[in-house]
Amino acid sequence: MNRLQEAAWEERVSQGSSEPIRSRRLTLPERIDLYRIPWIRPLLQSRWPQFLIRSLTLAGFVFTIAAGLFGSRVGSHNFAIIFVWIAWWTALKLVFIPLGGRSWCSVCPIALPGEWLQQGGILEKRHRRFGLNLRWPKRLRGSWLQSSGFLLIGLFSALTLTNARVTAWVLVGLFGMAIVLSLVFERRAFCSYICPIGGFTGIYAKTAPVEVRVIDTKICAAHSEKTCYQNCPWGLYPVALRDSSQCGLCMECLRSCPKDNIAVNLRPFGSDLGQARQSSRLDETFLALVMIGSALAFSAVFVGPWGILKSAAFAIGSPAWALYGLGFLALNLVVMPGSFALAVWMGQRWSGYKTQLRRAIANQSQVLLPLGLFAWIAFTISFALPKLNYVLSVVSDPFGWGWNLLGTANTTWSPDVSGFSPILQVALLLIGLLWSTSVAWRLAKVNNQSVFRQTLPILTFCLVFSLAMLWLLVG
Amino acid sequence: MINEISGRRFTVWRWVVLAGMVFLVLFLPFPVNATTPVDRTFRIQASRFEYSPSVLSVHPGDRVTIELLATDVVHGLYIDGYDLETTADPGQTARLTFVADRQGSFRFRCTVTCGNMHPFMIGKLQVGHNALLWRGSLLAGLALIAGAWRVRK
Repeated sequence: MNRLQEAAWEERVSQGSSEPIRSRRLTLPERIDLYRIPWIRPLLQSRWPQFLIRSLTLAGFVFTIAAGLFGSRVGSHNFAIIFVWIAWWTALKLVFIPLGGRSWCSVCPIALPGEWLQQGGILEKRHRRFGLNLRWPKRLRGSWLQSSGFLLIGLFSALTLTNARVTAWVLVGLFGMAIVLSLVFERRAFCSYICPIGGFTGIYAKTAPVEVRVIDTKICAAHSEKTCYQNCPWGLYPVALRDSSQCGLCMECLRSCPKDNIAVNLRPFGSDLGQARQSSRLDETFLALVMIGSALAFSAVFVGPWGILKSAAFAIGSPAWALYGLGFLALNLVVMPGSFALAVWMGQRWSGYKTQLRRAIANQSQVLLPLGLFAWIAFTISFALPKLNYVLSVVSDPFGWGWNLLGTANTTWSPDVSGFSPILQVALLLIGLLWSTSVAWRLAKVNNQSVFRQTLPILTFCLVFSLAMLWLLVG
Repeated sequence: MINEISGRRFTVWRWVVLAGMVFLVLFLPFPVNATTPVDRTFRIQASRFEYSPSVLSVHPGDRVTIELLATDVVHGLYIDGYDLETTADPGQTARLTFVADRQGSFRFRCTVTCGNMHPFMIGKLQVGHNALLWRGSLLAGLALIAGAWRVRK
């Protein structure tokens, strides 16, 4: 078995499955290949534009750490808090993911120094490289560690979101971990298996209107060097991409393909959803459930009127925090997975549709993605928009030392969103629910079995979640 | 053939009914509370990251007085939707009086940086029915019905 055949199991293609993929690709409907547009092509082909953006984000990242470590302890006066948790976190959920999938990963600076060491050069691979280049342990593959990382951040979220020092140390930790893992393991092990933000963006990238795909798999089959796979920092083989959750949009496959056989497609939203999968992987299901469970918990803590809950979440190490932690973990590890599994099981029993429960759960988890993405967007609107004025303020005085570099340090203007924000939140939650029912419908059509009875418990699960979010956000 | 046509008609009719229900949910006015407006006074203790009580319920038209008592550091109170604000120094009480003439659920929040969790120090003012929540919930129910109809064969 060669290295290519040993590629990560989620992208393995059997001989039998390559033919349907090829025939589907050749008839891809409603796609616009951005790489064929003359003015976009050089921007994607050259490594320079991406490098320049990543250099800027790296500089911003280092500056953010410095502001967090040495700036004001008052969160609203510190660049680190406002830029990470108001500006960047909001942009990620409102712009990067819904419109570009993992587009943030393509400019994220966290993996950059490690990648430089790994490839022995800044722009491209050189002969002298650093690192052990070990393969990532098979047992640790999938998104289990990313889900765990997200839960860990959730447990400490009240402190991380409000304490500039902690935010800075979290960034330093991510930075250090990315470098160490790059020196020990091959390719982007940190991004693929550890980074909680990567897990978040990856899972919701399936809803986004961007994809990198092979144009004609016959050409790839005849190309023995497989330069796309050899050069992919993520260790992916483009022919085998079934969805966009793993692809970091780095464009290296496109640059290294001598046959010009890679497309960067604009596609309809949610094109990856509603496909019946043969896989019974539960890691993505768990990640999707952690995401919606966390959206519920964060809405209760940060937007709800319960001061006791806020104090408990903030008092790290206290008995109250331990209780909060237990509740948070119980919600994410027991209540959400348990009720979703129960819904799928009820659908199976009621419809008489016989398939492995594990596989059915994995398959139906696609329904959770639009629901979760829109719940996160609605939650973000509730606390980020009223605080956008802080962005102007910290740009002028990033360390909170009394500077007024741009004359906007004392800006008090804030967009009055109290009128339309609740209406927008309701609309977003309804769009998420409608989209999820649409995915359930597509899945049911594919399965072609007692679809109504099979799907109803899952749609009910979605409805209960949406009602809970509505109550928390606008109740 | 006849079955097919009648099935199609049934499908069209149920979508028309659903659209009608959506229209009703969106635009049907909520029943107005017939209660006589009264004066209501709430004494709110503001301590770090918490208002107590944190949920105030009044009827539309009530004349509401909020006495804000800051127990530790300076705290503020701004009511979304009403654009009203007051600030209380430690140990002091600030008063805010207004007529609750807007119906719905409104968040009130601290306006003076009082510690790490200050941005999330939030309370809730409920004035009569929360029409938005009811309409949203009913629309969510209709979305589920629409989804279920689509999958039903």
